Formats: sequence, structure tokens, C-alpha cells
Amino acid sequence: MKSRHLAPSILLPNASRRRFVQGLAAGGVVMSMPMMNRARASELAASGTAPELRGTEFELVIAETAVNFTGNTRMATTINGSIPGPTLRWREGDTVTLRVTNHLKVDTSIHWHGILLPFQMDGVPGVSFKGIAPGETFTYIFKVKQTGTYWYHSHSAMQEQTGMYGAIVIESASDARRADRDYVVQLSDWTDEDPMRIFHKLKHQSDYYNYYQPTVPDFFRDVSRESLSTALGSRKMWNEMRMSPLDLADISAYTYTYLMNGVSAGGNWSALFRRGEKVRLRLINAAAMTFFDVRIPGLKMTVIQTDGQDVEPVTVDELRIAVAETYDVIVEPQDDAYTIFAQSMDRTGFVSGTLTTRAGLNALIPQVDAIVSLTMGDMMGDMGGMDMGGTSDMGDMAGMNSGAHGGMAMDHSKHATSTNPASAIVRHARTEYGPSVDMRVDTPRTNLDDPGTGLRNNGRRVLTYNDLHTVGGPMDPRGAERELELHLTGNMERYTWSLDGLEFGQSTPIHFRYGERLRVILHNDTMMTHPMHLHGMWSELENASGEFMARKHVIAVQPAQRVSFLVTADALGRWVWHCHLLFHMDAGMFREVVVA
Amino acid sequence: MSMDTTKTSLIVALLASMPFTVVHAAEMRCGAGMKMDDTKQNTSESSDSNMDMNMDMNMQGGSAPPDARDPHAFSDGYTLENLDPSRQLKLMDENSFGMISFDQLERQDTDTPTTTYMAHAWFGRDYDKLVIMAEGDVVNGKVEESMTGVYWGHAVATFWDTQIGVRHDGGIAESRNWLGAGVQGLAPYWFEVSALAYVGSDSRSALRLEAEYEMLFTQRLILQPSVELNAYGKSDAVNALGSGIADVTSGLRLRYEITRQFAPYVGVENKKLYGTTANMARDMSLPVSATSWVAGLRFWF
Repeated sequence: MKSRHLAPSILLPNASRRRFVQGLAAGGVVMSMPMMNRARASELAASGTAPELRGTEFELVIAETAVNFTGNTRMATTINGSIPGPTLRWREGDTVTLRVTNHLKVDTSIHWHGILLPFQMDGVPGVSFKGIAPGETFTYIFKVKQTGTYWYHSHSAMQEQTGMYGAIVIESASDARRADRDYVVQLSDWTDEDPMRIFHKLKHQSDYYNYYQPTVPDFFRDVSRESLSTALGSRKMWNEMRMSPLDLADISAYTYTYLMNGVSAGGNWSALFRRGEKVRLRLINAAAMTFFDVRIPGLKMTVIQTDGQDVEPVTVDELRIAVAETYDVIVEPQDDAYTIFAQSMDRTGFVSGTLTTRAGLNALIPQVDAIVSLTMGDMMGDMGGMDMGGTSDMGDMAGMNSGAHGGMAMDHSKHATSTNPASAIVRHARTEYGPSVDMRVDTPRTNLDDPGTGLRNNGRRVLTYNDLHTVGGPMDPRGAERELELHLTGNMERYTWSLDGLEFGQSTPIHFRYGERLRVILHNDTMMTHPMHLHGMWSELENASGEFMARKHVIAVQPAQRVSFLVTADALGRWVWHCHLLFHMDAGMFREVVVA
Repeated sequence: MSMDTTKTSLIVALLASMPFTVVHAAEMRCGAGMKMDDTKQNTSESSDSNMDMNMDMNMQGGSAPPDARDPHAFSDGYTLENLDPSRQLKLMDENSFGMISFDQLERQDTDTPTTTYMAHAWFGRDYDKLVIMAEGDVVNGKVEESMTGVYWGHAVATFWDTQIGVRHDGGIAESRNWLGAGVQGLAPYWFEVSALAYVGSDSRSALRLEAEYEMLFTQRLILQPSVELNAYGKSDAVNALGSGIADVTSGLRLRYEITRQFAPYVGVENKKLYGTTANMARDMSLPVSATSWVAGLRFWF
């Protein structure tokens, strides 16, 4: 049960047809709203790049718009008629007014992802406000108190999946890291299917979209390569537990077309540069369900920011961007053309674009990497280092990724170190012993230097959370006054997702005491990576020894991993906290948070 | 007391214990792991005891220990309702889903051309559903033998639902109605199993066991072996059913999933009669074992 590589075109008979029509369907949006703002910055001579809106007053219109990403025309939910919606450029210190008008037949909303604001402006229907009814306009007004790359999206129904997302770039008056070129690279996933139909299908057959399942020929191949007992042994635990080691994503390229700035691979979104220039790429994962592994063959990427917060620069070949995360990278291209390559974590597809000196040039597009099975470590966690077979590749990986750590070591000393690291004693909730939970991890991994399944030991320098060090240290020097443990849970067979084994409807809100500095432990009792997003307040990630790492709005927790972060509960009101995989969130992996 | 009554009570007793047996067997006990607790931090612990491998790691099922964490411990008395009495925000865990699935709709290569169907439908939420199960034979446009059940499916463990409901057997000499209860789920090694026990009028009882498995030759070419057993506590001469194990049907179907929801298949099925039922068949000069080729469609929506 090692890696297997099957060309996606064999698995997906529609792939070749899809690629053909992707070439035709570069534009995406077929009919645009009359009020669509077509203004583009003169530098952004790229197809598909979202319109840009600047200033302090914004008019956003939500409507249904016909699109064609696959050869079939479908209705999308758009903001000002484009996918992505317009890029909003704000300035720190400004008070912005955003009038959002709903031209849909159903309620809508906009959540300003990662933005610190009064809770009534946060845009979660039923928690922050009532939502925006058809025909209504809701006016969001708040003061911009931060800088960096963020994004915004609908928080209603499945509208995020059907096209309702856009980028936010907040400039500060003095940005020392100004690049010669500055591009938003927004990744997303599109499906021609009605997302609710997808939900129905997953409830009936949760592996519906997984065409990488272990087969009988795989078994006999392993028997002939190894031995019968090895082949049986490697399958024993998975089969006894009724888990698939190839369950890497719930929804694959079988239905998804991956987009870069609203353009499919066939449309080849491109961005221009002149040799010798520094190019800043603001990577945003606006997908509903897809983690992307991003690299630019031939170029090193220097990560300078994540989730809007500047980090000590770290240079890598590749990074995995979880759903709803942002990473700003600087590249210094010397050749004429490079491919920005973003493959889905489950290796069923990719989207790519081009960085080029002249429009029309292309670089080679790499093959999608071979699919790699989950390891026993992904199921059982650390196991005290006993499982040499399963985790040895992680050991190698750590060695490989340590290249840049030398330079980082001195940074650690600058950061405040908690004297009390997070509790290592695993405490499962009593509601984790029922039908809503399909596994519990007793010996979680706590290391942050694992790039995750499919990226371990791949010969490239891959970013991990261990590389992230927010400039200036934590926002609050206080150590944790209190500790809160929350387990990420689910049942893949039933396709239910929950926290502590309780879906939202069964849950009670989590109370943060106003003003407190609180530690949150997220413990992943599933075999999937969950990007956990706390609204309204920063999540300050720490490592297992309690050292501050990075300030984030999304923390991706890997299978069988236990991570912790500190929160300063300085934002009064009602907030939410959820897995940012849209179908997991909607299935109930969601909590209300009350700061009072 | 007749033999039949004894058998009936035996079957009922057997079945009553079944859900728990199956569920218990489904609990994953893994001997390969080691328990960590906080021994990692405990330096006084010798490395030998850290290496202790005979600790069980119970990753699935089981029951919560008395000191298990309270999932509401951090709410400090807040509830969704006291924050918002109208509970405007509802997610899909409070939504109902539903599906209709024709697991088999096939033509059997028998002397009289027979179409058989086996379908199920469910409607409801994640842990409580209305389940309808129907199967039968259609000969010359007429339903010859059918079994239709309506059950409340309730999730009791990770991979197991209990089912309680009613079943109607029609298209036979004298139709029968049953009250039934049992368990349905996914056993280790991915066996889909179902076991239901029934009681009817005149102290009749019945037992039905089903199991199936899927072998993927490719991602779309799937071989499905299946077996089904029916037993009765009391002879039902009118319907040519004897007490004890009445019949076992084994099938092997190879399907090609054009999509997950639409798959044509071919296969072979053998139905064999046992015991008193077989004797009744012999008395009527009917075969006690029949094998036929089948071809059909599997689809759901």
C-alpha cells in the first residue's frame, strides 16, 4: 500500500473532453450584470483577473449570472457579475461602507474573512445579523484596523461554492515590502452540479467522488511485490476500521473544475512581469472543498505573509494552501515564462496559469503528482514513535525540511515563550463514543513540521507551519489563563461532521470571557485535514512547547494531529467557529462563540 | 408446546441478542498501538514501560469512560435557544435528505421470464431515517412474490443502525404481515450486513439475514457477491414454507458503473431450499435448487 499513480485521464473519461472545452471556456462569465465594473488596473493585463474597486464606498450586487467553465452553461452566484467578485482595495485606518444588494431569489450575506470588526458586521446569518433578504440592501460599515491579503465570501447556503467570493487587499501607508508587480491569485473549485445534489449524493455514498480506491489488482500487485502477509497486514487496520487510506478529499475533479482567478487551466490565466522585477503573488484559497499544493517550477517562492500577517521571510519550492488560507509570496523570475501550478491535494486535477514577460508565452505544465496513501500516522498519530514503517518517511521529511531551520533558530528566542505548553493529556468528549464518530486518536502528533500527506519527502522544500513566524511576536504577551479542548470529529461512512461528536444543532455555544487570554487545543480525531476558522479574533498558533509561531485566521489541523493556539477574547458579541470545508461546515462542524 | 413454538422462541432469543453481538464485534480493538497518556512527559517511567505494547487502543466504538470530557463544559449556560429563541441558523444536520435506490432490477434467465426488483429508499436525518425496503418477482406483468417493509432506522453505533418496522409479504397464496426488528450496517472488512427478526400472527416468526461485499477490479468494474437466508419458526404450508432454514440465495453480480448512480450488470444467482421447505417442494415436484443467469441495472437517485 505505497503510492500509486494512475493518470487522471484514465480515471476520468471526461478529462480530455473537459480540457478541450476549458480552452474554449476561458472567460467563465457569459453574461454580466450591466453594473459590472470592468475597470482594471493598467498593469493587470491578464484575462480573468477580477475587477478592482478602491476607496471607502462600495456597491456590491449579488445576482445569478450564467457561466461556462466546462462547456455547459450554468447559473452562478456572482458579486457584481464576475467570478471572482471584485478585488476590494482598502486602506488601513479608513472606515469603509459596503452596500450589498441582493438580486437573488433567496437570502444572501457577505462575510469579510479575517477582518476584525464589530460582530454585527461579520455577515453570518442567524448570528451576526438576519441576512440579506431578496431585494434588500444591507450596509456594512466598519473601520479597517489591519493590513494584508484577505478575502470575502457568502456565508449563506452553498453560495460560496457557486461563485460568491472575492479578494481583499488592505494597504498600509508604509509597506516596506512593496513589490514591482502585485497580483492576486485566487484559487477555487467550480462544479456544474447543484451543490445540494452533491450533498445528497455524499449522504448516500460518501465515496461517490473518489475514483482512487484500493482495488483487487492493487492487492495482487502488492502480494507479488512483497508478500501475502505484508499485503494483508498493510490492509488489516484500514479494513477492520472500515477506513480508506485513499480518502484524501470528499469531492474530486470528477465534478470539480479548478479555477485560478476564475479561469480554468485551459484558459491559462497569465500575469506579466519584466525580468529582474520582484513579483508579489497574493495566493488565496477560495475553494469550497479543495486544498491546493502550489509551486512554480523553476522559481523559489519567498513566503512573506500568511492570513494577512507578515511573517519572517522563508523560501520554499512549494506550499499547501488550506481552504480559506492566504499566503503572500515574492518571486523573482529571470526567464520568460513560468507555470503557476496548483494541484488538488487528492491529485485528481489541477489548475495552472502563467507568469510571463509577453502575453501568449507558456511554460511546461508539470504532471500531477502520484497519489500517496495516508499512513498509519495519519490514522493513529504519534504512537510514541513506535511505528517505524508508517512514520519513517516523516522522519526523513523533517530532515529534508530542516534546511531553512538554521536561519530560523535565532528567531525563536525573540518570541515570547509560554512557560506552560498545552496539555498533552487527551480527553475525548463523552459524545465521541456514538454513531457520529468513526475514530478517536489517543496518541496524536503534535509536531508542526509535517507538510502533510502527498508532500512528505517529495524532494522539494515544502512550507510547513513550523516555518511560520509572525513578525513582532504575539499580539498579547499574556500566557494562557484557561485551556479549552475541542475535538474535530466525523463519520465518513455516514458523511457527518461535528466537533466533539456533536453537530451544530446538538451543540451549545462556546463562551469566551471578555478580555481573557485563552488557549484552544484542536485535536483531530479524523483522517482529513480541517481548516478551522474562528471569526472575529486572531488564532495565535503555538508549537508543542508553547512557543508562539504565527497569527492566523485559519488553522489547518492534519489527520491525528493536536495543535494549540492562543486567543485574546477582545471582541464582544456573537461569533462562529467552523471547519472551512464548506460541506463539513454545513454538515455541522460548526460552533457559535459568545464573547461576553 | 409444539416444536414450532420452541423454534420461534429460539429464533427470537437469538435475534434479540444479535444487534449487541454485531455491534460489539464491530468495536475496533487494536493491539498494535501503545497508550501514551502522559507517560511521555513522565521521565521517571522507564523506557521499557513506555514500550509496553499490550495496551489496547480503542479507536472506535466503546462507551465513554466516567471521566470523559463534557462537550458542554465551555458553554457556561449559554444555549443556541437562549441566544436566539427563533433559532434562525440551521445547518444540514437539521435537514432531511433522501434517496431511492434500485439495487437490483433484473431479468432472470428462468423457464418463465421473470423480472425481479430489489429496491430501498430512505428519508430523514443523519441518525434517524424512514427506510423502505422492497423486493419481488414480476412474472407476466404480475407481482408473484413480494416483500415490502417500512422501518425506522436509528443509528446506534458508528457503522450500525437498528431497524424497527413492519413487513408485508404479498403475491403468494396467503399474504403475511410481520413486525420486525434488527440491525443493519457495515462490518469490519467492509461487509454490508443486515439481520432482521419478525413476528407475525398465529405465533409465526421469521428471520432474514443478508450480507454482501464489493470487490473493485477497477474503479468502475465491481464484483458483488451476496448471500441471503430466510428462516421461519413455524411451517406455513399454504405458502410452501417449512420451519427452520427455508432458503439461501447466493448471487454474484459484476457491474460496470457508468456513473456511481447507473450501472448495468450481469451475474448468476442460485436459490436453494432447505429442510421442510425443500421437502414441500419435492412433494410438489418442484426443484429444490435453481441457478439462473441474471442481467440488470443498478441505479439510484
